[in-house]
Amino acid sequence: MLRFALRRLLSLALTLVAASLIIFVAIEIVPGDPASYMLGLNAQPETVAALREELGLNVSKPQRYFNWVGGMLRGDFGTSYTYRTEVTPMIADRLLISLPLALYALLLSTLIAFPAGVIAATRRGSGADLAVMGSTQIGIALPNFWFAMLLVSLFAIKLRWFASGGFPGWDTGLFAGLKALTLPAIALALPQASILARVMRSSLLDTLGEDFIRTARAKGLTARQALWRHALRNALIPVLTIIGLQFSFLLAGAVIIENIFYLPGLGRLIFQSLTQRDLIVVESVVMLLVFAVVLVTFLVDVAYAIVDPRLRRK
Amino acid sequence: MTSRSLLQIDGLRLSIGEQPILHNISCSVDAGKVLGIIGESGSGKSMTAYSIMRLLPQGAVVSGSIGIDGDNLLDKSEAQMCEVRGDDIGMVFQEPMTALNPVLTIGDQVAETIRIHTSAGRREALSVAHRVLERVELPPGKYPLSRYPHELSGGQRQRVVIAMAIALKPRLLIADEPTTALDVTTQAQILSLLKKLVQEDDMGLILISHDLAVVADIADDIVIMREGVVVESGTVRSVFAQQTHAYTRQLFKASSYQPERSTITNVDDNLLVVDNVSRDYRLPRTSFFSKPGYFRAVDRVSFTIRRGENLGLVGESGCGKSTLTRVILGLDPCQQGSIVLDGEPVVAGQAMLRDTRKKMQVVFQDPYASFNPRHKVGRLIAEPLHLVDQSLNTKDRAELIVNTLLSVGLEASDAEKFIHQFSGGQRQRIAIARALITRPALIILDEAVSALDVSIRAQILDLLSDLSSAHTLSYLFISHDLSVVRSVTDRVLVMKDGKIVEQGETEAVFTRPSHPYTKRLIAAIPELPVTD
Repeated sequence: MLRFALRRLLSLALTLVAASLIIFVAIEIVPGDPASYMLGLNAQPETVAALREELGLNVSKPQRYFNWVGGMLRGDFGTSYTYRTEVTPMIADRLLISLPLALYALLLSTLIAFPAGVIAATRRGSGADLAVMGSTQIGIALPNFWFAMLLVSLFAIKLRWFASGGFPGWDTGLFAGLKALTLPAIALALPQASILARVMRSSLLDTLGEDFIRTARAKGLTARQALWRHALRNALIPVLTIIGLQFSFLLAGAVIIENIFYLPGLGRLIFQSLTQRDLIVVESVVMLLVFAVVLVTFLVDVAYAIVDPRLRRK
Repeated sequence: MTSRSLLQIDGLRLSIGEQPILHNISCSVDAGKVLGIIGESGSGKSMTAYSIMRLLPQGAVVSGSIGIDGDNLLDKSEAQMCEVRGDDIGMVFQEPMTALNPVLTIGDQVAETIRIHTSAGRREALSVAHRVLERVELPPGKYPLSRYPHELSGGQRQRVVIAMAIALKPRLLIADEPTTALDVTTQAQILSLLKKLVQEDDMGLILISHDLAVVADIADDIVIMREGVVVESGTVRSVFAQQTHAYTRQLFKASSYQPERSTITNVDDNLLVVDNVSRDYRLPRTSFFSKPGYFRAVDRVSFTIRRGENLGLVGESGCGKSTLTRVILGLDPCQQGSIVLDGEPVVAGQAMLRDTRKKMQVVFQDPYASFNPRHKVGRLIAEPLHLVDQSLNTKDRAELIVNTLLSVGLEASDAEKFIHQFSGGQRQRIAIARALITRPALIILDEAVSALDVSIRAQILDLLSDLSSAHTLSYLFISHDLSVVRSVTDRVLVMKDGKIVEQGETEAVFTRPSHPYTKRLIAAIPELPVTD
């Protein structure tokens, strides 16, 4: 098991190196000069030269790559051109919102999807199954920004249970912070939960049809015991895959929801930096997201191996 | 019937939805005795077992009585049945590969039976499991309780399933085709294990099988079923001796069926020459920097097939039979040696001449899985025609399809049907038609009759024999079923661990095997008692 994890870690490191090279090549080399790109068409040559100096573009390309990677390893992502501040604390601030929001949404989605999927699978064809299948169909089809606006008009404007947007900061207390994230988390969780519930249902239905469930029943297990002891764990592999994909998506893909709720998260940061051509920030955030995706993939791989002993060998 | 039986089934009827499955089944099992239930697919033998366990599909309606020590199981509630299953009645299934939960250790799975029915804790249950696994000859010293099912072979897994079923010494054990998926030597071991457990625990055993010879070996009483009806029952001796019912006689005849075959005339005409062929598979690297290892699946194999000859290839699973087939067909490259078909070399990939390719075809075990379900039969069997050089016009093509269908005993109108509209035997005829359409010289039959019921098998063997004489076909007949190989081949190869350990005239090999492995194989074949 330890060997397995170490081997996965090695391939994780290699993936990161490859990703950093691709990002570097794509952003810094291919379109020509980053400084003139960032300053736009009408920039004065002196301004461009000054920015080149400031960005450290006057050294060789390999040197620049190592400077960039070395900086990141020390936790220094450089200085944002548009905001004129250090990128590292800026990202850290945004992450303090985006990471809890993603985890919150994922937790909600899992808490909704698991019971819904299990109920639908064990009572296949019943009213409960139809209800789950119907509502998840709607959940997948609804655009989440529209659903978010519905939530705001009901819970924030009409009932006044929640604020309609903004984030008070974690220093106002855990509860206040979580409360501000609740509506956005629900809006994000709905489509994810719908997908997850359907995956859970079909995976569990497959497993319940397996021979070893019949063997378990022949040993004297009740249908419920066979479900809990034998079916669920075997049904988990495709579900874990989806959860891993969903977390990566939630971390950076919440840009529309962040905009609706005025949340200063990572998604908004990357969107703003792109429109302002702040390549330093873009580069850093993209690298951070790659790291997050690779890390989540690693965790999902380890979870696979915990769930299924057959996957521990290779 | 003087003493009351352990299990007494009276007037059992079962229907699922509108479909009647079992009609008025009656039989009984005594403690310490073995009841064999024989029947072909669809006879209702498995459904009888599931009726006893009350593990029937939704919508099943049962009536009659299934008495165990005077208690009618059909009167019990589901909760009461859960107490009966695993404690009073154990069950063993056909597919050991899928009958175990892949994510739990074998120790935990055997211990579960004990923990469900007794108050034993995990530690205590595991120590009972330890003893039970020893009883089924899977000593935990060699196969620790912490093993997972994928770390065991098919026969070992079946022992685990048996251990789960007998852990609490049930009074009745039901074994549904327990050895059908196993090799012949493993089959013999599992059957003798079952027999031993029956005697030691004074347990009743219901052994369900399609194979008369398997049941003949160990059963005391026998029930022969067909289409949900018991056609004949009694002691093995009396049923085998009298064969009162026509179906019983038909079953016996089909079980040891020997098709009429013409012997080949020209002995020097070699069609296929396999010379010193080896096939290596690359193993996954053990670490990032180590060199990949190799596994030799076929090891310096040499043999020839003459024109019109039937050559048998036997061996247990994993011996390299299928790999050898792939190499001969040119689907896999060989790392050493050469294969020559009708004077032309066989090589993997595009390099082989189309004309050589069309001279050999293959028929697989599972005809359903090897056809595209969305194509009509006409298109399915015409698929190899692209190998035939002269481009056929539509009319000639249709005529060829019809003639080929007729030659395998199907109708011309069958070309317009889909594969799911046919029975297993008919599907295998279609597979043979597909192989036949290019007028090949060699057909490789890879377990081609293994999945068929005995009476259907006899018909297919007849068909193969007729086709062989009509078209001077050679067959490479690959099977784990040695008695079939014996009845249809001229010569036989015995394969073990990638090597041919013995080859010769079929009768000579079967009557005077020289290699110890061949002797073991032949000794393990279950045999029908001579009844005439």
